[in-house]
Amino acid sequence: MNSFRIISTAIEPWALRAHLADPACGAYVQFEGWVRDHNEGQRVRRLEYEVYEPLALKEGQRIVAEAVERFGLSRAAAIHRSGLLELTDIAVLVGAAAPHRSEAFDACRYIIDQLKVRLPIWKKEYYANGAAEWVNCQRCAEAGHRHGL
Amino acid sequence: MKIQVRYFAAFREAAGLAAEPVETQADTPAALFRECAGRHPALQSYSASLVAINDEMADWEQPLAEGDEVLFFPPVAGG
Repeated sequence: MNSFRIISTAIEPWALRAHLADPACGAYVQFEGWVRDHNEGQRVRRLEYEVYEPLALKEGQRIVAEAVERFGLSRAAAIHRSGLLELTDIAVLVGAAAPHRSEAFDACRYIIDQLKVRLPIWKKEYYANGAAEWVNCQRCAEAGHRHGL
Repeated sequence: MKIQVRYFAAFREAAGLAAEPVETQADTPAALFRECAGRHPALQSYSASLVAINDEMADWEQPLAEGDEVLFFPPVAGG
């Protein structure tokens, strides 16, 4: 199984766990990012992810490999959605297995934080009032911020 | 030189097209973006955006070469 995948159908919450199971690990931490019904004062009805897959896949796999190396993990993987999502759908799923819990928590956090700022993925929110807008991530919105490459 | 330019998400909507071949003197993605924004004023600024050349993440000041495909990515919002 590839350590990072993009899929256009529903992400099941147990999609990673069985693949990451390892008898050398005493801890497994999983993060689910969900579609939320509000953002910056607007009521959100649904959203859409546009993904440039050739680069998103390469960069996503690089991020997972970095986490394994950096935190001495046993195994890690992540899945990100593309296409149209409804409220409460899973937008992104990250799993990290390690001998001990501290590394598993840290690695899971590292992976989701990096995925959010380094992948060529864009989110369009559709609002209750009928409008739709492309959303910028918080860190990008800071004046002049450019992500490290 | 000839460069193929591709626009994504908000940039595609601002430019009104997904891709265009350009004949340019611009020697970096930053200069090329300014040139494209001249033709498509809705593109405005590349601040906080990312650029890739031939499917590899690149720097805004990296030199361009004949035949390169330059991808302009507006601020990303995964997760």
